[in-house]
Amino acid sequence: MLSRTADHLFWMARYIERAENTARMLDVNVTTSLLPMSREAAERGWRAMLGISELQPAFDARFGKLTPRDVLDFMVRDPGNQSSIYCCLQAARENARAVRGTLTTEVWETHNDTWLQLQPHLKNGLLERDPHEFFEWVKFRSHLSRGVTIGTTLKDEAYYFIRLGTFLERSDNTARILDTKFHGVGPQPSALPPVEDSTEEPYLDFYYWAAVLRSVSAFEIYRKVYRDVITPSRVAELLMLRGDMPRSLLASMNEVCSTLDQIRNDQSDETSRRAGLLRAGLQYGRIDDILDTGLHPFLTAFLKRVNDLGQRISQDFLVPPAVRLNLAKGSSSRAGAV
Amino acid sequence: MSHATFNEMYAADGGVRSHYREFESWLSRQSDDLMRLKRAEADLVFRRVGITFAVYGESAGTERLIPFDVIPRIIPADEWRRLEAGLRQRVKTLNLFLHDIYHEAEIVRAGRIPAEAVFGNAQYRPQMKGIDVPGGIYAHVAGIDIVRADGGDYFVLEDNLRVPSGVSYMLEDRRMMMRLFPDLFACNRVAPVEHYPDLLLENLRSVAPLGVDDPTVVLQTPGMYNSAYFEHAFLAQQMGIELVEGQDLFVQDNGVYMRTTRGPKRVDVIYRRIDDDFLDPKVFRKDSALGVSGLLDVYRAGRVTLANAIGTGVADDKSIYPFVPDMIAFYLGEKPLLANVPTYKCRNREELEFTLEHLPQLVVKEVHNAGGYGMLIGPSATREELDDFGRRLRGNPNNYIAQPTLALSTCPTYVDSGVAPRHIDLRPFVLSGGEVTMVPGGLTRVALREGSLVVNSSQGGGTKDTWVLGR
Repeated sequence: MLSRTADHLFWMARYIERAENTARMLDVNVTTSLLPMSREAAERGWRAMLGISELQPAFDARFGKLTPRDVLDFMVRDPGNQSSIYCCLQAARENARAVRGTLTTEVWETHNDTWLQLQPHLKNGLLERDPHEFFEWVKFRSHLSRGVTIGTTLKDEAYYFIRLGTFLERSDNTARILDTKFHGVGPQPSALPPVEDSTEEPYLDFYYWAAVLRSVSAFEIYRKVYRDVITPSRVAELLMLRGDMPRSLLASMNEVCSTLDQIRNDQSDETSRRAGLLRAGLQYGRIDDILDTGLHPFLTAFLKRVNDLGQRISQDFLVPPAVRLNLAKGSSSRAGAV
Repeated sequence: MSHATFNEMYAADGGVRSHYREFESWLSRQSDDLMRLKRAEADLVFRRVGITFAVYGESAGTERLIPFDVIPRIIPADEWRRLEAGLRQRVKTLNLFLHDIYHEAEIVRAGRIPAEAVFGNAQYRPQMKGIDVPGGIYAHVAGIDIVRADGGDYFVLEDNLRVPSGVSYMLEDRRMMMRLFPDLFACNRVAPVEHYPDLLLENLRSVAPLGVDDPTVVLQTPGMYNSAYFEHAFLAQQMGIELVEGQDLFVQDNGVYMRTTRGPKRVDVIYRRIDDDFLDPKVFRKDSALGVSGLLDVYRAGRVTLANAIGTGVADDKSIYPFVPDMIAFYLGEKPLLANVPTYKCRNREELEFTLEHLPQLVVKEVHNAGGYGMLIGPSATREELDDFGRRLRGNPNNYIAQPTLALSTCPTYVDSGVAPRHIDLRPFVLSGGEVTMVPGGLTRVALREGSLVVNSSQGGGTKDTWVLGR
């Protein structure tokens, strides 16, 4: 398969997955912001949305003052924000269009149709009227594109590069969602001076972790697995270390490793080794050990290693050597091929 | 328009032509509402499938639907047989001409075509002199534009031998018609066209470099913002070959390779859908980011085939067009089966004067332009436009040819106000390789504006399904 084709497939999958996870995050935040809480707490929630996507500076430069409406618009429909749902769905579709001959008709039409449906949804005020419905639609379109891919695609290289994109992006996104707490939402870690009197909103802790679970469709799974009250360490365990939880870090890394195995070439051994090492840490890690050293440092290191994997995959399979130099400069962790 | 305009469906006395009888009676049984629904459905499907084209001059990435009309253009079997014979003869001749002018140039020596018209032509590529291409085939894919005038006679309006496009619309229009109106195909014996990609692939494989048994064929596109990108992707998919861009290819050890996820892979035949100028920045346009550096060296060494060959533009140039009937006589010793539209070569003094005198009745075309750009349509031009064009003509007469305004045939077509006659043309696609092949019919383009003669999609034209009826 052409390297450029593989590149487009990989990024097509990453962008639709990113759109889905952004929708998940925003949906949960819209819901939690309905809870009775102080203005500051609510604002922290919205700020966290920007923080985990590394968008705070870009937002501040555009808007200065933070309002929920602006954050929502910025992250959903802003064509100037590369990470907005609008831009992600557009990029997914543009990447699909570049290789439409490689995709099955159904996969291409799904991406094209998603893009075509997005315009009227944004125009007719669905987001303002019923944000939950809009985010459900984004999730549904992502589910659909994944399902159509699995249901119609030959299990050849094209398929594996799509899957690789999906799961590498998901491991990144789930880690970011788990790290929201660090970015200022929910109760602050006791080691830090409290920003406000935490006794004022004692129930927030529960709602925060419940929201994290909901954002990755894990609330019901949690109840099923633990049959007990919600505690931060169990939530972290479920979303990081359980291989049977479909959006967990371990589950995503399992897929990344097995997919890398399918597409291996002469130069990809080191990439496979690093992916395997990252997975082993999750597979044999213990949540207490991780929490002892701190969730945020662990997740930061994890994101860094996922980013490294992404770059190595590009070098091994995707970007032709001639173009490599141009791309090397100025690519942040959230950059991608459009 | 005048009474003389030939209507494809109705005879002069108002009766339905026999090959349209089945269709016309079917159409009269359909309700307006149903047809409206069907047309809306077609629109929706084309948009979802993404059968779009980009319009030059609009912002990058602007995609538009090419309007599709649900009333087919029907050609009776015997008419098609005559057309097909004429097309074979013409394309065979054009390939012989191309071989000749890049070798001994006998036709020039014989004084049948002025040397300046060939060697002074901007489309003549001296790099091709003395190069032998597989099978002596230059124009592997030719799109011959045919129109029908007053009496119903067919004329060749233009040969397209560089990178003719439109065949995907021919295929998609058929697919759409079969989807919308399956019952129509039960009561009409319409010759199939769906095997075109198979014929094309077979054709491309047949011209692989000598000694290559199982050639790797690729389709080269300028990229997704090209106006014909949909077609490039579509054909590559239908043939099961890689769709490559210049950046995917490189030259090494006198071979062309593509970059794959498993390392370099040798390429034998490139069905290139980019112009000569952009093929190789080492030889042609230095600023071309679409091409492959060093490609021409490999090509000249006969280690890769380009389809179409480099330098075919000289044979489809409007300044060469008037000589094609002569060529047929010269190379084949045959009489042309398909006529040219009478053409005035403004390079000749008398013909220039005639053109200037009759400007309001003529169509004047720049010889190197395509796609309906840079032409004057006398009858619909304003006084200022006529004067302006007259000055340009005098300034550079070699650059123009003139033709009488043909009353292109019309075909009933859905427009806002209902069904009305609109002018059409026909572009059959002729494949040359081991043999000459084509699918019955071609792409019918329709000028949707009332009275308009410009069928180009870039200028508001639409398309119709084209039926060749079996008996």
